[in-house]
Amino acid sequence: MFLFDQEENREKIEEFIAFMDKNREMDGALLPVLQEAQNKFGYIPEEIVELISSHMQILTSTIYGVATFYSQFSFVPRGKYSISVCMGTACYVKGATDILEEFSKVLGIGLGETTPDRKFSIVETRCVGLCSDAPVVMINNQVYTHFKRADVDHILSILG
Amino acid sequence: MAQTLAEIKEMAWWELVKRLNETPDEYNIGHDSISLKGDYYQLQERIALRNIGIINPDSIEEYIATDGYFALQKALLMKPEEVVKVVKDSGLRGRGGAGFSAGRKWESAAKQQVEQKYVICNADEGDPGAYMDRSILEGDPHSVLEGMAICGYAIGANKGYIYVRAEYPKAVSSLINAIDQAQKLGVLGDNILDSGFDFHIELRLGAGAFVCGESTALMESIEGKRGMPRNKEFRTTERGLWGKPTVINNVETLANVAPIINKGADWFSAIGTPLSAGTKVFALVGKVNHPGLVEVPMGMSIYDIVYKIGGGIPDGKKAKAVQTGGPSGGCIPSKMWDTKVDFESLEEVGSIMGSGGMVVMDEKDCMVDIAKFFLEFSVDESCGKCTPCRIGNKRLLELLEKFTEGEADYTDINKLKNLSNVICTTSLCGLGQSSPNPVLSTLNYFYDEYKEHAEDKHCRSGVCKQLLRYEVNERCVGCTRCLQHCPVDCITGAIRERHYIDSEKCIRCGECFNNCPVDAITVY
Ligand SMILES: Cc1cc2nc3c(=O)[nH]c(=O)nc-3n(C[C@H](O)[C@H](O)[C@H](O)COP(=O)(O)O)c2cc1C
Ligand code: FES
Repeated sequence: MFLFDQEENREKIEEFIAFMDKNREMDGALLPVLQEAQNKFGYIPEEIVELISSHMQILTSTIYGVATFYSQFSFVPRGKYSISVCMGTACYVKGATDILEEFSKVLGIGLGETTPDRKFSIVETRCVGLCSDAPVVMINNQVYTHFKRADVDHILSILG
Repeated sequence: MAQTLAEIKEMAWWELVKRLNETPDEYNIGHDSISLKGDYYQLQERIALRNIGIINPDSIEEYIATDGYFALQKALLMKPEEVVKVVKDSGLRGRGGAGFSAGRKWESAAKQQVEQKYVICNADEGDPGAYMDRSILEGDPHSVLEGMAICGYAIGANKGYIYVRAEYPKAVSSLINAIDQAQKLGVLGDNILDSGFDFHIELRLGAGAFVCGESTALMESIEGKRGMPRNKEFRTTERGLWGKPTVINNVETLANVAPIINKGADWFSAIGTPLSAGTKVFALVGKVNHPGLVEVPMGMSIYDIVYKIGGGIPDGKKAKAVQTGGPSGGCIPSKMWDTKVDFESLEEVGSIMGSGGMVVMDEKDCMVDIAKFFLEFSVDESCGKCTPCRIGNKRLLELLEKFTEGEADYTDINKLKNLSNVICTTSLCGLGQSSPNPVLSTLNYFYDEYKEHAEDKHCRSGVCKQLLRYEVNERCVGCTRCLQHCPVDCITGAIRERHYIDSEKCIRCGECFNNCPVDAITVY
């Protein structure tokens, strides 16, 4: 299991509270607030859900209801490197399945999972809008186009 | 505004021409128009993509240089109902999927006697394999802002939202910058171009749910809720976002608005076909030599797009089909590529225009597997509100899996058909109503492939792994490599003698094939 260290994250939490204060009047603010939390903390810790609830006067059940609907939000931390193999149509017909399989095999984890050392996660993506350069792999914000199965080992060895 | 638009244009035009002249091979520069050079662009007619690859998207001046915001200026001098009429007469239909008349949508919202109304730009671009909206947002953001402002004026709304996919961070930053520039220049915000008309635009980011591209689900999402489609009691032009009259249009639809106002309804309706006016942008991708965005007049044949613009199929492979319309669309076999691309013709052959994804497939693509691919998508993305979509699609997927895994029999083909029809006719929103289309269209045109999967347990494209057969051929030198790698010990044979694979026990993992040093494993 993992713990959310409030002490270590104090600065981020303060910034997050400031964000909520700034957007308190916005109509439909919950989604932008959740997105801010996801970006800031890399996932949405339970403690942050409580904080949103008390700060924005929204029931935690409502918050969980909304957050679980959207695939962008995660309740567990992801690895240092998020590997997303695009599984959109263009990438699929250009062999994305093979690439996904290879990452899975080498890292020993499946789609949506994280390695025990929390270094790598394989996450799902469907079309990043670079279809003419398929197949596409994204690692954090770095995009790799015309990716080949044989590139997997190379990329992973660079990332260590 | 210190300078008029005409003054800015005069300066900016020469600056732009000067910059483009540095790489003259890339552009045709006329005395009042600029286009991209090369065979790839020859057969295209670029309206929505008019500025892509030409202007610098970060510069509002360059947008103005190519007549940007002149349409807004012109519209503000017209009566709102005149603006609606031009758009209606142009025949512009929605480019986001359903192809509903933009003018009629605007008209309906304009008629509502309500103080607060909204304009929404649908930039959720959910069809995996289509990226024209991203390209417009990143390459020409002002064209969307201008279209929205014109729409706002026409229907009497002073607030707009752009709902962008979270997967498009560059589009988001380009929009933020464009909105900021437009406000500073006075073509957005309060009292636009001294006309007394106010229009403000706010960005909202999607959070990774395909169904949020559906108009009512999108509104729920902006309201901060789960993005589930509403029951269609009211039109969104009567009660949309926060219960107020709302026009929601797609990015490409809005990018067409300014040229229509500038050049007139007749100019636009003369392009394309009588029922499908104008051009359409397609994302030509997959097994094609020159993938990319192509904008062509409606009514061009698929053949011309794939061969004359796309340069045909790579590696000497045989073409099999194109898929249009994404998870809601269908596959059109290569023998029917004289089909014209317009709303009616595509529907006639069992597909749809959708957002303009056009994925080319060759003989190495298994059509049963493709149907399964799209259905997996729909199962994942079903919001779960209505039963036919939530459970029906899941059952349909399980049926398809029987085919790809060699478990299906002949009767399953009929079951596929029946279940598909039930899901289409009983689902709540467009997602469920169209999710079986990939199955129905492949069943229709590639029936033989389904039959082979069911009866012969054979996949002619070699995609469905469970149906592959592995055999040792005469090239075997008896090195025992395969035997050592086989995880289920189904290979027998002595050293320096030809080996044998027991196909009953074989799990088709491919290890023998991957490890054979002399190509002695045949897969078929
Ligand atoms: C499941 C589903 C997903 C959709 N996704 C999109 C989308 O990503 N982008 C889009 O513009 N329209 C999408 N639409 C169509 C919209 O509901 C709506 O028709 C469109 O935004 C209206 O704009 P238009 O008339 O300009 O096309 C989707 C519809 C359905 C049923
Ligand atoms: S399908 Fe992979 S980038 Fe579009």
